[in-house]
Amino acid sequence: MNAIQVQDLRKTFKVQKNREGLKGAFADLFKRQYSEVTAVKDISFSIPEGEICGYIGENGAGKSTTIKMLTGILVPTAGSLTVGGFVPYEEREKFVQNIGVVFGQRSQLWWDIGVIESFQLLRKVYRVSEQDFKKRLDELVERLELQDLLNRPVRKLSLGQRMRCELVAALLHNPSILFLDEPTIGLDIVVKSEIREFLKDMNREHGTTILLTTHDLQDIEALCSRVIMLDDGRIIYDGGLDDLKQRWGTGREVQFQFGTATKLQQLIGWTEGMPVTWTAENELAAKVWIPLELNVSDVLGRVVGQADITDIKIIETNTDDIVRSIYQSGSAEKPEERIAALSDEKEVIHV
Amino acid sequence: MSEKLATAVPSSGGSRGGSGENGRRLLLGAYFDFIRIRFLTMLAYRVNYYSGILIYTLNIGVNYFTWRAIYGDGESLGGFTGAQMTTYVAVSWMARAFYFNNLDREISTDIRDGSIAIQFIRPYNYVLVKMMQGLGEGLFRFMMLMIPGMVIATLLFPVQLPTEPSAWAGFLVMLFFSFLISSQINIITGLSAFFVENNEGMMRMKRVVVDLFSGLIVPITLFPDWLSSVLKVLPFQAITYLPGSVFTGRVQGVGIWNVLGIQVIWFLILLIPIVWLNHAARQRLFVQGG
Repeated sequence: MNAIQVQDLRKTFKVQKNREGLKGAFADLFKRQYSEVTAVKDISFSIPEGEICGYIGENGAGKSTTIKMLTGILVPTAGSLTVGGFVPYEEREKFVQNIGVVFGQRSQLWWDIGVIESFQLLRKVYRVSEQDFKKRLDELVERLELQDLLNRPVRKLSLGQRMRCELVAALLHNPSILFLDEPTIGLDIVVKSEIREFLKDMNREHGTTILLTTHDLQDIEALCSRVIMLDDGRIIYDGGLDDLKQRWGTGREVQFQFGTATKLQQLIGWTEGMPVTWTAENELAAKVWIPLELNVSDVLGRVVGQADITDIKIIETNTDDIVRSIYQSGSAEKPEERIAALSDEKEVIHV
Repeated sequence: MSEKLATAVPSSGGSRGGSGENGRRLLLGAYFDFIRIRFLTMLAYRVNYYSGILIYTLNIGVNYFTWRAIYGDGESLGGFTGAQMTTYVAVSWMARAFYFNNLDREISTDIRDGSIAIQFIRPYNYVLVKMMQGLGEGLFRFMMLMIPGMVIATLLFPVQLPTEPSAWAGFLVMLFFSFLISSQINIITGLSAFFVENNEGMMRMKRVVVDLFSGLIVPITLFPDWLSSVLKVLPFQAITYLPGSVFTGRVQGVGIWNVLGIQVIWFLILLIPIVWLNHAARQRLFVQGG
């Protein structure tokens, strides 16, 4: 059974237009002009139970709007959606019992009261019995090491501490679906990896379905088997992370440091007949871009014998680069004619 | 639907007490907690309120001396004797110390900075939660602001408070309805932020309108006839003027029940726009900041 089922979902906002100048301001006083902005454009996807799915896209691509429709905060303009067997916006109060939500940029704890008091209040709000609550809280507190924080007021917590408390707050009622909107934003690397580990464990032990949006692709690499990529309100990629890498990882880059000055012309001459591209940073450093179908060792073989090399570094195209080039091109399809253009683009990025 | 829920949550193992008597009791407990927590939060910042006592006493003083100058040697004005006016002014301002709150500002801030999103992912009614928080604040203001203020005002000015317990009981009930009606108007003003981009102007206007038309600054009988007949069909008089009239002894006997009746009717009528706004807002909701 699918935990989340979305069909032709659309959300249109009416945005007030402000006309220019004094005249425009007066005109606005009497007759407002509105323009329609479609944030989410007829998207469809489904997420089976127990899956961790990454939902990525540039700022303003429509990620948060989708999450807000899935959690029952926003009412969609068109299309249908079911989450955990409910239509979120129709039976909001019943539906939200079943889900947990963490917004990285907003706190759901009460600022002025102690952490434990916030949890107690949420227990009552979500109607969790005392013994279930105790069991669940002990488990979460131990797992996230919150023992010392429980009696502090929320406003005295650091961001990392607060984020771990936010996770507990979202999970106290043991939801079967968890939505995370940029859960690791602003956190240091230690807390980030702690949270990733925790989410992985949770998914394994409780079968919790997780949908997360993030700008940190390491979150995606660590957690998600599947990625949905959004651009300008449309889904441009939906599938495995490995597929994405394979499809887009167009080559590798090798960086050379030379002991003696080496001219770019020489380098190009040595690799005559190979489809590689050289760029020189200065006389002592250069790099070469090698397409996937060519062996790195072949290229190295040609250079190593000739030049005085002090250091070699081989760089695989990482997910960041892949995603960046997809964002730039606005499509996850890879038409053949674009490859050439793309490799040029990559050079620009690396220089 | 409950079947679907059960299949969707195989791992929960009955950790959810969401349905039935027990669940309702817990939710009710949560609503009471909102009263308690707001009360405790306000108590933590109680020093802020010591100046409040002074400000309210000053306001009473300013009004008292103004009215004394207006009365001069005159006997009565708009059906108020000089002594009644003094009591009316003191009682009105002290009632305001209780029923006044910033729910309008809190709600419109929630809407404008987008934190309303957090409110909508919880299985409770946002407006009811706000009302409970307002009540927590009201209880605090009653104890920390109104009662000490009242004592000081009675010592400084010739205020004549009624002696029979029934008048006090009636006043407290009416005061509670003043709070309800005033909070309802605040909630309506706050929710309007869903519909206008900036409701700052509305909130300011509301504040002036409530202070003026509720009879806090000038008792309604002193307005021109046409205006006071308009004000009689508006909800504002039920906040200050009517309960104040009862407490100063100008309205007695059956009249008291009439006053209470008017308050109850306004309370019920004002529920309608709140329910409607809350519903319409769900369709229009536009969460700011992504």
